[in-house]
Amino acid sequence: MATLNLVQAITLTLQQAMQADERVILLGEDVGLNGGVFRVTDGLQAQFGEHRVVDTPLAESGIIGTAIGLAINGMRPIPEIQFEGFLGPAYDQIVNHAARYRNRTRGAIPVPVTIRVPVGGGIHAPELHSDSPETIYAHSPGIKVVYPTTPSDAKGLLTAAIRDPDPVIFFEPKKVYRSFREEVSEDDYEIEIGKAKVVNEGSDLTIVTWGASLFECLGAMDNAPDDVDIELIDLRTIFPMDIDTIAESVEKTGRCIVVHEAPLTGGMGAEVSARIQERCFLHLEAPVQRVTGFDTIMPFYKLENEYLVDAKRIGSAIAETLAY
Amino acid sequence: MPKTTAYQAIIEHISILDENANFDSQLGDGVMTDEQALHLYEHMCTCRELDEVAFKLQRSGRMGTYPQNKGQEAAAVGVALALQKGKDWIVPSYRENAALFMHGLPMHYIFMYWMGDERGSQMPEGVNVTPLSVPIGTHMLHATGIAWAEKLRKSDGVAATFFGDGATSEGDFHEAMNFASTLKVGVVFIGQNNGWAISVPRSKQMNSETLCQKALAYGMPTVRVDGNDIYAVHYAAKDAVARARAGEGPTFIECVTYRLGDHTTADDARRYRDEQEVEAWRNRDPILRVRKYLTAKGSWDDARDEALKAKAKKIVAEVVDAAINVAPPETTDFFDDMYESLPEDLRRQRETMRTSSLGQDPSQVGLNAQAASVEGR
Repeated sequence: MATLNLVQAITLTLQQAMQADERVILLGEDVGLNGGVFRVTDGLQAQFGEHRVVDTPLAESGIIGTAIGLAINGMRPIPEIQFEGFLGPAYDQIVNHAARYRNRTRGAIPVPVTIRVPVGGGIHAPELHSDSPETIYAHSPGIKVVYPTTPSDAKGLLTAAIRDPDPVIFFEPKKVYRSFREEVSEDDYEIEIGKAKVVNEGSDLTIVTWGASLFECLGAMDNAPDDVDIELIDLRTIFPMDIDTIAESVEKTGRCIVVHEAPLTGGMGAEVSARIQERCFLHLEAPVQRVTGFDTIMPFYKLENEYLVDAKRIGSAIAETLAY
Repeated sequence: MPKTTAYQAIIEHISILDENANFDSQLGDGVMTDEQALHLYEHMCTCRELDEVAFKLQRSGRMGTYPQNKGQEAAAVGVALALQKGKDWIVPSYRENAALFMHGLPMHYIFMYWMGDERGSQMPEGVNVTPLSVPIGTHMLHATGIAWAEKLRKSDGVAATFFGDGATSEGDFHEAMNFASTLKVGVVFIGQNNGWAISVPRSKQMNSETLCQKALAYGMPTVRVDGNDIYAVHYAAKDAVARARAGEGPTFIECVTYRLGDHTTADDARRYRDEQEVEAWRNRDPILRVRKYLTAKGSWDDARDEALKAKAKKIVAEVVDAAINVAPPETTDFFDDMYESLPEDLRRQRETMRTSSLGQDPSQVGLNAQAASVEGR
C-alpha cells in the first residue's frame, strides 16, 4: 500500500500498464518531457522512451484520430486531451469514428482507446478549463464514460479502461487531483466499469453524485442533523450507468437528490431522475431533486464558486426533500 | 542585408500513357509488365460494369444512394498494384472500389454497404481495409495512426489513404499530413483531384494551383500525376510505397482525374457542369487509352474485348446475386456490436425493444394491468 493523491495514483496506473503491455503508448500535448500540464505523465518518458510517451503536434483531432488508427492496428493508445474545454476539435473523431467503429463493422474492427481528460472547475483556471461535458459523451452510443473521484477508484477503473476492448473516455476531476491522499494498493486490480459505489449507507435519503461534488455532498452530510441517515452513492461510471444500485437505494430511502457540476438541462441528473421514476415510482416519498451547475457559461474564476455546487445548496435540498 | 530565398520547391508532373495512347518509354518502361497492365485493364472494365449496374439498381429501387466511381479507376488500381495484400492497409473514402477489391474485399460487400447493411463493412479476417468513409476528410488520420503502429512494432507495412480535392480543405487532412510527416510514418496520401466537390469547383475550393502545394507545407515529398494513366499513377505509387517501407516517411500523390458520373445517384451534375467539359474528359477515360495502347502493341484485340465484357457481366451478375440474396440481418443486430459485451441496460433495451416501454418495471406502474384491460376489451 502507498498513500497517493489522484495524480500519483493515475501515474502509477499508467506506469504499471506500460510495463505490463508493450502495446500501451501515451500521446498528447506536453505529455513527454514536461510530464503533462498536471504532471500526470511525469517521469514516464524517461522510463519508457520517446516512442512510447509521445509529444504530438498541437491538434486534438489529430491526437484522437491517430490514436484510432493505432488502436485499429493493434496498439492500446492512451491519448491525453489537456483540458475538457479542448475536446471540441476531437468531438468528431470520438463520436463519429471511435464510438462507431465496432458497430459499423459488426465487430470486425474494435477501437480500444482510453482518452484521458482532466475535467471540472474549482482550480481558478482560465476560461474553457473548467467545464463538465460528460453528458455529451454519455449520449453518444459506443463509448464508455468513466468519471472516478478517489485515487484508489481511479487506479482500478483506469486499469479496467485500458484493458477494455472498447473506447473509454476517462474524466479526471482536476479539483481532486491533489486535494487528498489515501491508501492505494500497488497490486494489480480492476474496478468494473459501470458499477457505482455506496460511499455511505443510510436509510432516509439517497444522494447520487460523481467527481469533485462528492466532497461537497460529504460536507452537507456533516452539517445535516444527527438523526438524518443519508446514503451517498458515487456513480463512478456515467455510461453505462449503474441504475440497479441507485434503484435499490431509492427503494429503501424513498427520497433522492442528484448532484453534479454540469448544467441542469439535459444533464445526467435528468437521466438519473427519469430512471428513478420509471423504476421506483411507488417507493418515492418526494420528488427527485437536482443540485447542479446552472444553464450558463461556466464563469471565469472570480465567480466560479457561485456556479459550482456546494455543501450549502446541497444542505437546502436535503432539508426540502426530507420535509416534503 | 540582401533578401535571400528562404524556401523554394518544384512540383513534378508525371504522364506516361496519354489520352491518345502515346507512351513515354523513357519514363514508362519497366513500370509494370504487360501482363500486369492487362490485369489492371480487365479489372477496371469489371469495376466499370459494376458501377453501371449499381446505378441501375439504384434507379430501380434495389439500392440506396450510390456514388459512381466511373472515370477514376486508374488512380485506384495504379495504387493498389503497389501494395501487398494482407500486409499493407487501404483507408478509403468511397470512390476507389477497384483498389479495395484488389486488396481482398469481396465485391458484393460494397453492394451490401450501399444497400444499407453494415455487414458490407464487416471486413473478413486478413483484409486490411477500413470501411468506406462517408464524412469527408476525417479518415486520413486513421491511416497515419495505422502506419504509426507499424513503425512502433518495427514492421514495414504501409497505409494508403484515398480522398478527394474537397477533403484537402478539411482540418483533419492537414493534421493527418502534419502528424505523418512529423512522426515520419509510412503513409501514402492519394488525393484524387477530380475537380469537383459535389457542385463546387476546385477554383472555389482553394486558391492553390495544385493539391501538392499543401504537402510542401508539411515538408512532405509530393508529385502530381495524370490520374487517368495507370502507368503514371503506378510509377508514383511504387516510389511512395518503397519510401514508406524503407522508413523514409509519407508521400503525397495528386492524381488529376475526373468523375464522369454524378457525385452520387442523388445528384444531377448537369446543374453545375458544362457538358463540353464532361465530353472532353470522356476522351481521357483511363480505360480507353489502355485498350488502344495494348491493342496497338498486339496484346489485345476486339474479340478478347468482347469476351472480357461478357465475363465482366457474369461476374457482376454474381455479385448482385450475392448481395441481394444475403440473409436478412437479425432485427437486434444493431445492439450486438455496440460493445464487446452488452451492458446490462442495453441488454434490457434489446430484449424489450418490441414489447415494453423502455426501462419500465411493469409491476411498478401497472403496465400489466393496462395491457390486460386492453386485451379484455
